[in-house]
Order: sequence, then structure tokens, then C-alpha cells
Amino acid sequence: MVQNNYLLHVEHLKKYFYREKLFSSDKEPIRAVNDITFSIRRGETLGLVGESGCGKTTAGKSILRLIEPTSGRIFFNGINILDLNREGLRKLRPRMQFIFQDPYESLNPRMKVGEIVGEGLEVHRLARGKEKDDRVAEILGKVGLHPRDAMRYPHEFSGGQRQRIGIARAISLHPELIVADEPVSALDVSIQAQILNLLMDLRDQLGLTYLFISHDLRIVKHISDRIAVMYLGKMAEMANGEDLFRRPLHPYTQILLQAIPKLDPSGRGQKAPIREELSPDSGDRGCLFQPRCPHAKERCRTEGPLLLDHGEDHFVACHFVS
Amino acid sequence: MIKKPLLEIRSLTTHFLTEDGVVRAVEDVSFDIFPGEIVSLVGESGCGKSVTGLSILKLIPSPPGQIVNGEVFFEGRNLLALEEREMERVRGNEISMIFQEPMTSLNPVFTIGNQIMEAIELHQKIDKKEARQRAIEMLDRVRIPSPEVRIDSYPHQLSGGMRQRAMIAMALSCQPRLLIADEPTTALDVTIQAQVLRLLKEIQREMGMAVILITHDLGVVAEIADRVAVMYAGRIVESGPIESIFGQMRHPYTRGLLESIPQLEEKKKRLNAIPGQVPNPTDLPAGCKFHPRCSLRIDECQKGEPPLFQVQGNHYSRCLRWKECC
Ligand SMILES: Nc1ncnc2c1ncn2[C@@H]1O[C@H](COP(=O)(O)OP(=O)(O)OP(=O)(O)O)[C@@H](O)[C@H]1O
Ligand SMILES: [Mg+2]
Repeated sequence: MVQNNYLLHVEHLKKYFYREKLFSSDKEPIRAVNDITFSIRRGETLGLVGESGCGKTTAGKSILRLIEPTSGRIFFNGINILDLNREGLRKLRPRMQFIFQDPYESLNPRMKVGEIVGEGLEVHRLARGKEKDDRVAEILGKVGLHPRDAMRYPHEFSGGQRQRIGIARAISLHPELIVADEPVSALDVSIQAQILNLLMDLRDQLGLTYLFISHDLRIVKHISDRIAVMYLGKMAEMANGEDLFRRPLHPYTQILLQAIPKLDPSGRGQKAPIREELSPDSGDRGCLFQPRCPHAKERCRTEGPLLLDHGEDHFVACHFVS
Repeated sequence: MIKKPLLEIRSLTTHFLTEDGVVRAVEDVSFDIFPGEIVSLVGESGCGKSVTGLSILKLIPSPPGQIVNGEVFFEGRNLLALEEREMERVRGNEISMIFQEPMTSLNPVFTIGNQIMEAIELHQKIDKKEARQRAIEMLDRVRIPSPEVRIDSYPHQLSGGMRQRAMIAMALSCQPRLLIADEPTTALDVTIQAQVLRLLKEIQREMGMAVILITHDLGVVAEIADRVAVMYAGRIVESGPIESIFGQMRHPYTRGLLESIPQLEEKKKRLNAIPGQVPNPTDLPAGCKFHPRCSLRIDECQKGEPPLFQVQGNHYSRCLRWKECC
């Protein structure tokens, strides 16, 4: 892959967690992110989906070095950010921002909204005093809040408004890349729609690039250009969004898409049975999805599949792509 | 022949007296449940779904809560007039509830078998051995593999989906006539949710039980409910058979909820989001509670609370402009 076409290029990213067990010699790490490779073009939105615990958030945080990856390479604008020292990373920070899942926990309750949104401007010495206040007012306007809201505290706002504050903070420094981790999951349906619209508007206005993490396939389909499906720390499938929904190739993706509740009761009816969830074991050998896979064969138990291109940038990690 | 309802809720009104004022959590809610049907209560956070469910079983914490008005007839008996002693016999026996937070209803220090057996022994005069056998049968019924082994598991040893099944097993162990299931699948991954929903539907058919399914997810409603009641700010704003509702919505809030959900078939565009936010429950607007957010609003909407208009059959809408809506 030519790195230059991409704003972000992630190679063989791994993040392992080591359990600290007092009375056990168990040194097996938890492979939260287990060797993933992908890229995002400038202005593109990549949706990252998967079920709880599959490593989505860990991947997102590792990419911005909010947690230190175990290994891999992460090129942002062609620079491997894992090679950067603290000062180099600090300089790059404004250009890569994170939006958190929980609007309640991610805002400091003792800071006024104006301070929360203006903090980055000050830390990175981009604006002070009156100029900073003007910038904050402008940013609040962009996310649908009132300039007066700068003087209020987070607890005075509803969930949706707090998420707007989180978004305002994220865009305050003119970032190029935003990693949004389940940014609407904690919100009511009607408020989810408002925030999704806002994120899409800002993307158009500011030319943002998103890594959009969510477990909700409808939402991911709606906002993403391309979609990556994760399963237990690995990429199962990655393709253009329309293509993925029309032609899911990985058995896991097929099961996921089938499980989305339809909004049309007349379409109720026969769905293929879904296998019992089984506890993931089998360590390093074989395909991780094999214990749940309806098509598993002998080879799947002994050899892990690689993520391979099946044409038109449609990548699948399965030995038996139909 | 006209079927008689299993449960008739009439003008149920439940309030909470809080420091900020009176929270009118449920206001004048009426609906019927017929034997063997699944009725869904749907709406956004705080609209009064759980309080409705808890009120039916008289489980409202008091203070601060109080059922200030209404009647709940279960097979002809008004539950709200029963003594607590009689109510205890109804709970878990004739009417069972699955609560919104799964981990608070399963006790972590007892095995799931012990908890199911306790529920059985509480209501039926059978000995330990029989109760254990029944518990194994129930676990088998909710499709938990090797139930004779799993019965001795502690809740934390089960996955989320298994725990949810164990909860269903517990709720069904006395073969209730009515199950109130409050967000039974919300915490689950989508593939597990699909399994649990299908299971619930199968068991409901096998046992001929009626279900009140509380959810915020219209997808879940479309998947398994027979009828639906949409709640907003403590009121039912639209109700009816699901073919009728999904075929032709007659309340702007219901339509707004549906249009807030991205359609899979559509290319991405802005969603038709409902503007504004849910009103503060201690300070509700006059007239129709939805009018400040409504695109069909006219002056009359602020004057008085609209009644329920009959759209057709048992499809009702609480909107003055239901004919023009949607
Ligand atoms: N114990 C309580 N004390 C005070 N207010 C309460 C209490 N329980 C519920 N309420 C209030 O009653 C209203 C309805 O709450 P309810 O729990 O029924 O909502 P819900 O529709 O179940 O929402 P969710 O989807 O979040 O579960 C809310 O305004 C809530 O804050
Ligand atoms: Mg509730």
C-alpha cells in the first residue's frame, strides 16, 4: 500500500493486556487487539463494528496513543507516531482527537463548558483571552449550543447536549482525524439522530476524517464509507459499506447482519438458527470464529486465516469464502 | 366470541414526590393484554415504561412514589386493591417480571439453580428434589446446554446471554399467565439479542403466556410484538396492532422515532431527527406534551391534552392532526 494516499495507516497493531494473578503462573495475555492492519483515506469515514469485548475501543485508543500499543506501526500523515517522543506527540495531538462514549464521565464536572472547550486552545497556545472566548463561542455555535452555554457546568445539560460539548472539545483544535468511540450509544434514539446529523455536517464543513466505532450496524452503515468488522481482536472483514451489506463474505458478518432487527414486521420469519455462543479458547491456533461458525472445517481448527483481498477492496479473513 | 382480556389497566397514574417537585411518571395510562399475546411498551428513557410495569405489580417504592389513581384488573380482580399478602401470591406466580438490570436480580453468591429452586419452592408445595428437577427442566426450556451441569453455576460463570436465559427461566419457573419483561435484551450483543428474542417468542407460544415487553427499540417491537403502545412523557400517545402501526403511523412522535433510526436500504443522508429534547418530568408543557418538538403543531395543541382518537379498530392516536400525520 502506498502510505501517502492515506491520512492514517495502521500496520500489525497489537495491544496485549497481562493479567496480574497472584497465585497463578498464567502468563497468557489477553490479546485485545491482535494484529490488525488498515488505512483511512483523508476525508473518509471508516466504521469499526463488532460485539462487546472484541477490541474496538482498545484499537481506537491505541491509534491515538491514549494507551501504548504493544507493537505495530501507526502512520499519521506518513509519520509513524510510535516513533515520536513526548514533545513530538504533543505537537501532533491537536490534529488527532477522541470522542468518548460516555458524555457523563468524559467531562470534568468542576469546569465550565467554556473552559472545557477552550482548554486545548490554551494548552497548545493557539488563543487566549478575548480571542479564545470568541473561538469558543464560534465552536459552540457549530455544535448547536448557545454562546451563553460557555458559562454553565456540564451537569446542567442533558445527555445529548453533553455529547455536543464533547464534540466541541474535539473539534476546537482543527483536527484532521477524529476517533469517535460509540459516540451515540448512551443516547436516546431521537437524540442519536441529532448527533449523527451533527457529526456528518461537521465532516462536510471541516473535511474531517473519522474512525467511527460502534456496535450498532445501522448507525455504522449510515455514517461510514467503508466498514471493518472485528472479532476477538482481529479483523474479520473490511469493505465498502454498501458492498459489505450486499455481499457479506465472512460467516460472522453474515450472522451479524442477519441479527439486525428489521423495522418491518411483515418481513418477520425464517432466519437461520444462530449457534450458541461458546467461550473463546484455543489460544493461537486456528480461526477464532471457528467455535461459532456454521461452516467450520478441519483446516479452520488448525490454521488461522489471513485477511485477503477478494476484489474491489473487499478484504476477508476466512479460508472458505463462498 | 369476544375474548376477555387477561389484564385491564385503567387510568393508571403514578407520581413521585421529589425535591424538585412532583414527577408525573405515568399519567392516565389504559390498555388491555389478552391471553397469549405480546404487547410492547416502547419509548425513550424516562417516559414511564418501567414505572408502568412496576405499578402493575405494586412494586413502586413508596415514598417517594405513589399510585395516585387507576385500576389494574387481572382476571377480573383489581390488583391495586389487594393486600400486600395477597399481592405476594400473585407476584412470581401468576405474574412474573424480568427486571431491567439483570445483575441486580440474580444474586451473585448463590448458584442459578438455588435461585430458581427458591422461586419454585416459594410458590409451590414440592420438595427439594422435585424442585431441582423442575429447575433443570426450566434451564433446558430456555435452551441452556447441559442444564444438569449448568444448574450449579454461579451467575458470573455464565455469559451475558446465558445469564439472561437463566433470568427468563427463573421468571417462568411457576408458569405465570403474564410476564413483564423490562428491556430483556438491551444489554446483549445483537446476535445474542436475536437468540433471546426468538427464545422468548417460542416459550411464549408453548406456554400460551401473555407478555408485556418493555423496550426502547422499535426494531425489537417489529420483531416480536403483536401490539404496541408508544409512550411519551408518561402518556400513551399511540397504540395498536403492529401491522397497523408500522403500516401507517398516526402520531408524529412515533414517526419521529422511526425516522431517527437509519434505514439499511438508504444511501446516507441526514436523518429526520426530532428537534429538541424530552421535557423535564416535573415541568411538563401544557396541552399535548409533544407539541414543543412537533412539526405539525398548531395553536390548539397547547390548549388541552388531546384525547385518544380512534384511527381504526384498536389503533388509537393522541394527536389532533392524526388524519394528516405521517
Ligand atoms: N424511585 C423514583 N424516584 C423518583 N423518580 C422516579 C423514580 N423511579 C422513576 N422515576 C421517574 O419516573 C419517570 C419514569 O421513569 P421510568 O423508569 O418508568 O422510565 P423508563 O421509560 O423505564 O426509562 P428507561 O428507558 O430509561 O428505562 C422518570 O422521570 C423517572 O426519573
Ligand atoms: Mg426502564
